[in-house]
Amino acid sequence: MIETHELTRHFKDVRAVDGIDLRVAEGELVALLGPNGAGKSTTLRMLTTLIPPTSGTARVAGFDVTRQQRQVRQHIGYIGQGNGAAHSQRGRDELISQGRAYGLTVRAARARAAELIDSLGLGEVADRTVSTLSGGQRRRLDIAMGLIHAPRLLFLDEPSTGLDPQNRANLQEHIVALRREHGTTILLTTHYLDEADSLAERVIVVDHGRIVADDTPDRLKAVHAGDRVVLTLATGADADRAAALSARVPAATVTRGGRTLHIAVPGAPALVPGLLADLRADGVTVAAVEVSRPTLDDVFLNLTGRSLREGAPVAADLDLVGA
Amino acid sequence: MTTFAADTVTVFSRELRPVLRNPASIVFSMVQPLFFLALFAPLLPDTPDGSSALQWFVPGIVVMSCLFGTSMTGSNLLFEMQTGSHERMLVTPLRRPALLVGRALKEIVPMFAQAALIVAVCVPFGFEVHLGGALLGLAVLAAFCVGLGALSYTLALASKNQEWLFWTVQQTLLFPLLLLAGMLLPVEGGPGWLQTAARFNPLTYVVDAERALFNGEVAAATTVTGALAAVAVGALGLAVGVRAMRRSA
Ligand SMILES: Nc1ncnc2c1ncn2[C@@H]1O[C@H](COP(=O)(O)OP(=O)(O)OP(=O)(O)O)[C@@H](O)[C@H]1O
Ligand SMILES: [Mg+2]
Repeated sequence: MIETHELTRHFKDVRAVDGIDLRVAEGELVALLGPNGAGKSTTLRMLTTLIPPTSGTARVAGFDVTRQQRQVRQHIGYIGQGNGAAHSQRGRDELISQGRAYGLTVRAARARAAELIDSLGLGEVADRTVSTLSGGQRRRLDIAMGLIHAPRLLFLDEPSTGLDPQNRANLQEHIVALRREHGTTILLTTHYLDEADSLAERVIVVDHGRIVADDTPDRLKAVHAGDRVVLTLATGADADRAAALSARVPAATVTRGGRTLHIAVPGAPALVPGLLADLRADGVTVAAVEVSRPTLDDVFLNLTGRSLREGAPVAADLDLVGA
Repeated sequence: MTTFAADTVTVFSRELRPVLRNPASIVFSMVQPLFFLALFAPLLPDTPDGSSALQWFVPGIVVMSCLFGTSMTGSNLLFEMQTGSHERMLVTPLRRPALLVGRALKEIVPMFAQAALIVAVCVPFGFEVHLGGALLGLAVLAAFCVGLGALSYTLALASKNQEWLFWTVQQTLLFPLLLLAGMLLPVEGGPGWLQTAARFNPLTYVVDAERALFNGEVAAATTVTGALAAVAVGALGLAVGVRAMRRSA
């Protein structure tokens, strides 16, 4: 569905996108993840023909983005970062105009608009001027506009930014349903790690215009962050013995800070009961134990040295926490 | 896929819809011309041949109202560029030229409505209507109006996110164009430089043609010159506008 080769876009001396090779197969749901300015929107804008690449090529839905722009546009849906519906229009009117733009007859456009208004719960607001709608209502209208021609391939640029948690959950359900019921291929960007985690079965991490990782969320977490066990021991002597013992666990990395041990180890939840039994048999008293699964943010931190969480301070070295 | 004509109709109808939903909006942009009509026209002396000054003044006000409304129209696009709905249109298969032409053609509708309103207001005060000539005059004005609308959209596209730039240019050009076209007072009595400047203003010929046509002088030479000037502005505006729209991203 999407195939790019060395896709590049420069703005004066900014390398917004710096040689991206991307392949997305039919039916995939892929999340592009990256800090502000990583080049996510620019990538999407090239794939949707809104801006031409500086160099490199991209085929989208079987057509070349520079030489067959109209065909690409006909076959894709795009929901951008802004509001698709003009503020001076009524929602339903905009939906019908969109339908007409994709070549639907007036009758078909009306029917499709009514269908989307219904399925996105816009019934009460569709005949009001867009400027009077709330942010969440407008966002749902944007989604409806992007879906008017039932595209086989859908691009969403930060679809849930600015939505409250309930609207966000609603939107995610919609995205999942699109994929399940219509087999729509979806490429989205997001700032919400939990969203990427729960929604996409493939996450592509972009930084400085390049792809730095591309895998399932689980594998990314396993490879780039790993599980973590935090043990707090009763005494310093206990901590010494526990450190020696846990260092023998295969593939474990142990960091010590006072009476606390941080053990990075794959498959931690299954290993902990055994470890605790061994410690007890050895006469070591464990005061507290905590097992944490890695988040995509940990992955992010490891890959880019930055946290994705908005407003989060630049990475403190986790291994030193509690030292 | 759609045809160019169908694309243009789609864009045209989309632009027109908010106007039809709220027809009162047509009156907002003509508040100033109406003030000129109410407060300026009574100051004008009757023409030497004894006819009411309105016969001379009203066609100018019809052009003025078109000038005010249409030169501002780019601000709608500017706003849509800022909110994201222009991007939404660019990502549809609508042809780029249709995005401009459809919008520019829509300007004709409020122009006609405003002209009808002005004429209707003036008839009770002794303004004589020559229907055939007036309709022909509006056809000429339509060509001018489409070109001006296209230029206003071009200005919006060029201003991108700088709203001030759009308004500065629009306001700076509006009054010199209007005064130099002899819309409020005849230019003939002015100094030589002013008359020369007026000769380079295409609007001068349009205004002269409107005066002739609204007074029923269909076969006059001014009519032909005015029509040519209007068509030239129309063609130039569309050419420049289409170019700008093709580059829009
Ligand atoms: N039109 C433009 N002109 C100049 N620079 C641009 C333009 N658009 C984007 N850039 C620059 O390109 C880089 C990538 O921007 P882009 O919008 O693709 O980032 P992003 O990953 O979408 O970020 P965000 O998460 O903030 O939306 C940034 O440094 C940005 O400043
Ligand atoms: Mg972005």
